[in-house]
Amino acid sequence: MSSHNLPIKELGEVSLVAEGTTFKSITETVAVVTETKAPRGWWIGFLIAVNFTGILGAAIGYLIWTGIGVWGNNSPVYWAWDITNFVWWIGIGHAGTLISAVLFLFRQKWRTAINRFAEAMTIFAVICALIFPGIHVGRIWYAYYMPPLPNSMALWPNFKSPLLWDVFAVSTYFTVSLLFWYVGLIPDLATFRDRAKTKVRRLVYGALALGWRSSNRHWQHYERAYLLLAGLSTPLVLSVHSVVSFDFATSVIPGWHTTIFPPYFVAGAIFSGFAMVMTLMLITRAVYGMKSLVTQKHLELMNKIILLTGSLVGYAYAMEFFIAYYSGNDFERHVFIHNRASGPFAWAYWIMVSCNVISPQLYWSKKLRNNIAVSFVVSILVNIGMWFERFVIIVTSLFHDFLPSSWGYFRPTLIDIFIYFGTLGLFFTLFLLFIRWIPMIAIAEVKATLPEADPHWDPSHASHDDAHGHDEDAHEEPAAQPAE
Amino acid sequence: MQLFPRSLNKLPLVAAAVLGLLGPAVVGGVWYYVTPKNFQVGYAPTQPVPYSHKLHAGQMGMDCRYCHANVEKSAHAMIPPTQTCMGCHSLVKTESGRLTPVRESWASGEPLEWVKVHKLPDHAYFNHSAHVSAGVGCVSCHGRIDQMEVVRQDKPLSMGWCLECHRDPKPNLRPKDQVTNMEWRPEMAKNWTPPEVHPPQHCSGCHR
Repeated sequence: MSSHNLPIKELGEVSLVAEGTTFKSITETVAVVTETKAPRGWWIGFLIAVNFTGILGAAIGYLIWTGIGVWGNNSPVYWAWDITNFVWWIGIGHAGTLISAVLFLFRQKWRTAINRFAEAMTIFAVICALIFPGIHVGRIWYAYYMPPLPNSMALWPNFKSPLLWDVFAVSTYFTVSLLFWYVGLIPDLATFRDRAKTKVRRLVYGALALGWRSSNRHWQHYERAYLLLAGLSTPLVLSVHSVVSFDFATSVIPGWHTTIFPPYFVAGAIFSGFAMVMTLMLITRAVYGMKSLVTQKHLELMNKIILLTGSLVGYAYAMEFFIAYYSGNDFERHVFIHNRASGPFAWAYWIMVSCNVISPQLYWSKKLRNNIAVSFVVSILVNIGMWFERFVIIVTSLFHDFLPSSWGYFRPTLIDIFIYFGTLGLFFTLFLLFIRWIPMIAIAEVKATLPEADPHWDPSHASHDDAHGHDEDAHEEPAAQPAE
Repeated sequence: MQLFPRSLNKLPLVAAAVLGLLGPAVVGGVWYYVTPKNFQVGYAPTQPVPYSHKLHAGQMGMDCRYCHANVEKSAHAMIPPTQTCMGCHSLVKTESGRLTPVRESWASGEPLEWVKVHKLPDHAYFNHSAHVSAGVGCVSCHGRIDQMEVVRQDKPLSMGWCLECHRDPKPNLRPKDQVTNMEWRPEMAKNWTPPEVHPPQHCSGCHR
């Protein structure tokens, strides 16, 4: 009997991993990255990233010491880069949750090659995002006012405010994402433990693997826990960015006060997240020789999602204009026509439209969405475009208040710029450390997608025999393989 | 390969037990100790003159307003000047060594530097006259001053404590002629009904 995991050639299906990939080669490819010396490129990247993180630390120190007046925010633009960066980073995280939870529930097996990577990205992006609400309060020692803690002032946050919902949404998101990531890591950490050559590695990975022995019982509990966490994470994909969009939508500022915001923000979040996964994946896959695990097929599927979400975002932009016209409200029309499409911030608006709406349209062509260079450039453009989207939404709705006497302009200061690029540094620092120490591809999950992982697999029908490599690493049995 | 000793299997249980005890202990400790109830109440600085409220207000029954004269009209309950002390002490206990700083102040014109006991932060607006004329007794916020040898802070003066009364002022109201009476109890005015007062509960009521 043949395997369920074999691609059906008649339907044009192809293998999820390259021909000739075996259980052993998957383990080797992933594990060897953390077991050998870091390549020079890693060190160069790491030093640059750490330097930017240092700049971030210094800029935040200066901000705390001096006050948030060091930012360019001032009347009438009281929200600017701080919340732009917050929304941008939170949005980037969403691809990780979508890939790990939603695609898991929909049995999209191609997710296995990229989910670990994307989940790590989620966690690091949320860490970067969380910096901003923390420091924007100015007096950072009062940041504990944000959660509702009983206190002797009998003072509570406003439960009607979406800013409080944000605190719940983002902290839940971070906790669930971290747990999900860690639970998924346990079998792979055990693989690392078993391969460890030094005592320290053995103890550290051994402690992190929580005594995983790959027994049938372990796998049963693991699969159940993973399914539950996927179920918990799935609503978060939709809820977190909906709540973030409420920060704007529940206010009565023209340009913000729209019901389209929640779905529009969620689509944008997934859009930017996939672009970030694409950027990082293209580099890592080339540097570490992971092309057999993250194949062109994966990249094409991600590009399709980028095309879909990019078009959704484009539709939302168009709909905002239509509603501004259709409402007949002068202030709404002013925001869209005179503050966004034309006026002093038109440059930002048209950068946003070209990057977010026009550039993904290239992916209607099968040739272009399979082109590495195009994928890389578009992924960068989308990240730029999505940053500008948040900037445009926030600043162009604020800089012209209702009265012309309170019209202004926004210019970032050096500290704004340092803090933004500093968070990029922090993100890449964490990311490079992740690549160096943690299995960056879910070894056990990718193995489960091989034809050999099917219990009904019959090697006599196989085109290539890799049962040998499998026997050598009996402790690394994938999820779908029952204990024998 | 055995990496860790077998006894480590108990770790989750031990960790759960320790965290289960430590968590509530930390929360309870912060709840009880890191509050003005703990930090503020009991503050009793040494004053330049060992003045006894117990003697003056308690045993001799002097009215609070004899010294804190403007409390019904002014936002601040004034600290009496040396002249108020000398009104009596130029005749009574004129030789007392404990009163030397008062006589020196009287002679030189330099005021005595009393130490403030009940401190409110600068961002909290407080008006004595508003409270006194609404019928809030001195004792409600200051405690039994008439029994204190050295004045100590008796109430936490925290925002939550202020709000408790602002949300439900009636239990702390009394007939206006009983405001300074330290021993007044609600049973003493059975036929009296507290007036309808509406103390502010919004932010700018006190943070102006």
